[in-house]
Amino acid sequence: MAAAKAKPSKWVGRRMPRKEDPRLIQGISHYTDDLRLTGMLHCVFVRSPHANAKIQSMETAAARASEGVVAVITGKDLTDVNSVPCAGALPDLKVPPHPPLAKGHVRYVGEPVAAVVAEDFYAARDAAELVAVDYESLPAAVDMEKALEGGALVHPQFGTNLAFTHGLKNGDITGAFQRADVVVGERLVNQRLAPVAMETRGVLAQYLPGEGTMTVWSSTQIPHLLKTQISLMLGMPETLVRVVTPEVGGGFGSKLNVYGEEAVVPWLARKLGRPVKWAETRRENMAATIHGRDQINYVELALKRDGTLLGLRALLLADLGAYHQLLTPIIPTLTALLITGCYKIPAVDVEVVGVFTNKMSTDAYRGAGRPEATYIIERMVDVAAGALKMDPTEIRRKNFPKASQFPFNTSTGIIYDSGNYQETLKRALHMAGYDKLRARQKAGWKQGKYYGIGVSTYVEICAMGPSTAMPAGGWESGTVRVEPTGKVTVLTGASPHGQGQETSFAQIVADEFGIEPADVTVVHGDTAAVPYGIGTFGSRATAVGGTAMYFATQKVKTKMATLAAHLMGVKPAQVIFGGGRVSAKGSKKSLAFGEVVGAAYVAKNLPPGFEPGLEGTHFFEPSNFTFPFGAHVCSVEVDAETGEVKVDKYVAVDDCGNVINPLLVEGQIHGGIVQAIGQALYEEVLYNEDGQLVTGTLMDYAVPKAAQLPRFELARTVTPSPVNPMGVKGVGEAGTIGCTPCIVNAVCDALSPLGIQNLDMPLKPERVWRAMQAAQSKPGMDKIAPAKVAARKAQRAGMKNGAKKRRRA
Amino acid sequence: MKKNISIRVNGVDRSAEVEPRLLLAHFLREVAGLTGTHIGCETSLCGACTVLLDGRAVKSCTVLAVQADGSSVTTIEGLAGGGSLHAIQQGFWEEHGLQCGFCTPGMILCSHDLLSHNASPSESQIREAIGGNLCRCTGYEHIVNAVQSAARKMAKPAVKQRNAKRRKK
Repeated sequence: MAAAKAKPSKWVGRRMPRKEDPRLIQGISHYTDDLRLTGMLHCVFVRSPHANAKIQSMETAAARASEGVVAVITGKDLTDVNSVPCAGALPDLKVPPHPPLAKGHVRYVGEPVAAVVAEDFYAARDAAELVAVDYESLPAAVDMEKALEGGALVHPQFGTNLAFTHGLKNGDITGAFQRADVVVGERLVNQRLAPVAMETRGVLAQYLPGEGTMTVWSSTQIPHLLKTQISLMLGMPETLVRVVTPEVGGGFGSKLNVYGEEAVVPWLARKLGRPVKWAETRRENMAATIHGRDQINYVELALKRDGTLLGLRALLLADLGAYHQLLTPIIPTLTALLITGCYKIPAVDVEVVGVFTNKMSTDAYRGAGRPEATYIIERMVDVAAGALKMDPTEIRRKNFPKASQFPFNTSTGIIYDSGNYQETLKRALHMAGYDKLRARQKAGWKQGKYYGIGVSTYVEICAMGPSTAMPAGGWESGTVRVEPTGKVTVLTGASPHGQGQETSFAQIVADEFGIEPADVTVVHGDTAAVPYGIGTFGSRATAVGGTAMYFATQKVKTKMATLAAHLMGVKPAQVIFGGGRVSAKGSKKSLAFGEVVGAAYVAKNLPPGFEPGLEGTHFFEPSNFTFPFGAHVCSVEVDAETGEVKVDKYVAVDDCGNVINPLLVEGQIHGGIVQAIGQALYEEVLYNEDGQLVTGTLMDYAVPKAAQLPRFELARTVTPSPVNPMGVKGVGEAGTIGCTPCIVNAVCDALSPLGIQNLDMPLKPERVWRAMQAAQSKPGMDKIAPAKVAARKAQRAGMKNGAKKRRRA
Repeated sequence: MKKNISIRVNGVDRSAEVEPRLLLAHFLREVAGLTGTHIGCETSLCGACTVLLDGRAVKSCTVLAVQADGSSVTTIEGLAGGGSLHAIQQGFWEEHGLQCGFCTPGMILCSHDLLSHNASPSESQIREAIGGNLCRCTGYEHIVNAVQSAARKMAKPAVKQRNAKRRKK
């Protein structure tokens, strides 16, 4: 570790354009649907149009007889395929069977019921139309709060729609609320979102009967975990299953999963003896790829009059959908873990309640539980500031841990590795011109203009993570192989899909060996080539995968130093790497990098006991998560006539520890912020009261467009993580986590003269306009929401007296 | 009933007997074997399938192959060709205008359409022009930078020419 710090870096820290780009900008790379194999067939799924229905009968003869059709299968044919897996293991979790094709009953719109395989895509689609399914439609459980109270059951065998409860309690919560001068409460809705990776999912499978091998190309973030799960679902030895991820067109968590189609398509390839491909359509993607968020949160905050936070209690209702996908029940528990945000809150009492509904499963979507936590605490702190008539920045500063207090133990039981929350906030306020924005706001209110200023300070959990905290291992693997020609191959268990690790990892390795990034090739996403790994999600690829690779590099360097010392007649401790050479400190002796490498492979002059070859592998187990943080400040104008929100300034000061490539970090922050703006202002997956998906295409689901966005002003502070030797933290989700409450805080701030304390996302013009109209005609409307909270809380969790002192600062 | 069509794709005539319902996007991908044209939504919303049809950007998922009969199509593979890069491709590379790369061919060809009739667009003109192309990774800012960079690169030869003319005078 010391060696790395002592050496000046040539490539790390540079805004280096990406090595992966030439093939992408020329359209000559291959995503799953771009692959073609000889004799390949096309698969199309027939999906349920009902949210909850019995399948009375299925008629497939007409489809089978259709031109070009090779096979039509239903759930009845898949007798030898196991359930779609869920890795979540909560003590009282109810786990329903989850067949890859529905058996006798469908539980959400989009659930696959049959698969049609044909010689070409058009023939398969034509035939899919001919599959006749007789459904007996049943009432559906759609609203998660109503579903908890009774009515339609998603899985009647459980006698309830309650899937699990999970509690997190620490500190003297009763005392905190008794001692409080002020208690504020809100019902916060974190609406259901669709991840919308631009490339939809896709699977191509080829079975070679002679060899008995199954190769599956899938657009996934987790090739190794998928390989294991395919072997389990199909009952094949894992050694005969290979998963390859070609180019992956975005994931955002939606491909951190194992889907039924990933069992059905290989099953078909094995059954039919021909390669089979399925390319998901966007309609399927909206209906049957996991959704994110979807929580209703009842939150209360206890404070002293000076703004000191004393306690937080919350009831987090999480709509899980009909089945558990890989991490479905885990996601809302992450919300509980991070719910105290950047603040010292000595007492917490959080109850998480998972609810089955007749909808697509929710699971990890960029941020995965942490945006919900950040939204809760950042909205509530603003609500508290309003009640105390404090500036929202003042209440935040008052409750931050000091930089000297890190590592900081939270009352939720985690340890923030390093931080300086005061500094990021200070810089963000300075960059935004906070005082000027406040002055403009005051002047604007007098003229009937609604300017709002939003502040959000966040911390997040990255580098997932220690294996003890992860359902399927939290380590990562890295292999570094110096080839006989002196070029370096890096094999990483991380599975980048847009993040750019082919470049950033090459920068790290190039610096370590003193060579050029052009001489380093990063290989990922092929289980036959790469040692077992976990994958890319939870902002872990660099902090965990990069660290594994870093340690593997050290192993190879140590070996090379031994050999070079032998060749030069010096001590290994003298050997240094740089400028494409391996040299001896304190002497003029030096060898070209390639000379030492050649000697290791030619193996004619090796030190005693020296193993030929130059390859090192490391499995890195992190001791903790990392905790990036930051401060975002924005200003908005709400159009008084239309309710439209315009973001006119956005400042983000983020701290993700040391940075390998600032250009890539900026890209991650930009993209994250825009997905957060999408949630705050535009995006919402809607089901109607029958469980019909209303937002089934991109016509109805509003992904942000370029013209709706401001230019962002970014800056960074650097607080290295002590968890790994490179001091990196992770940045993939920061923007999404920090930004959403920033926008909503700004809109609520703009409308505060109307007494509007909270609005639920997305803040579409109509919703904002209606709230403004209602507030203008009914002063004191802000008092209504807390009363609802109190009633709901009392009903669910027996928290009876919390609301009484509310807003009496 | 199938129909014989011929489309000039990246300077090469591609003839085939196709169903009238075949989308141009599928013609390019399945018949011409050019998979750089991506399909992202099928409702003409995302723009990933954007190509140049007789020089103008169209969404090839909403054009029938038979409608393009006799026309000339440029896909991302043919924008520069021969292993070289067009100034817009250069701009996307240098300014980190892509992450997963799936929307990129469409973004580049849409930008090409813009720059072909507006050599130095303002930021808001760029943002408006790519309004029919969705990107989920970049947040668009680096794409805007990429188009601005490309515009500067493409203007340079023109500037040189103008300067050369001035010198002659």
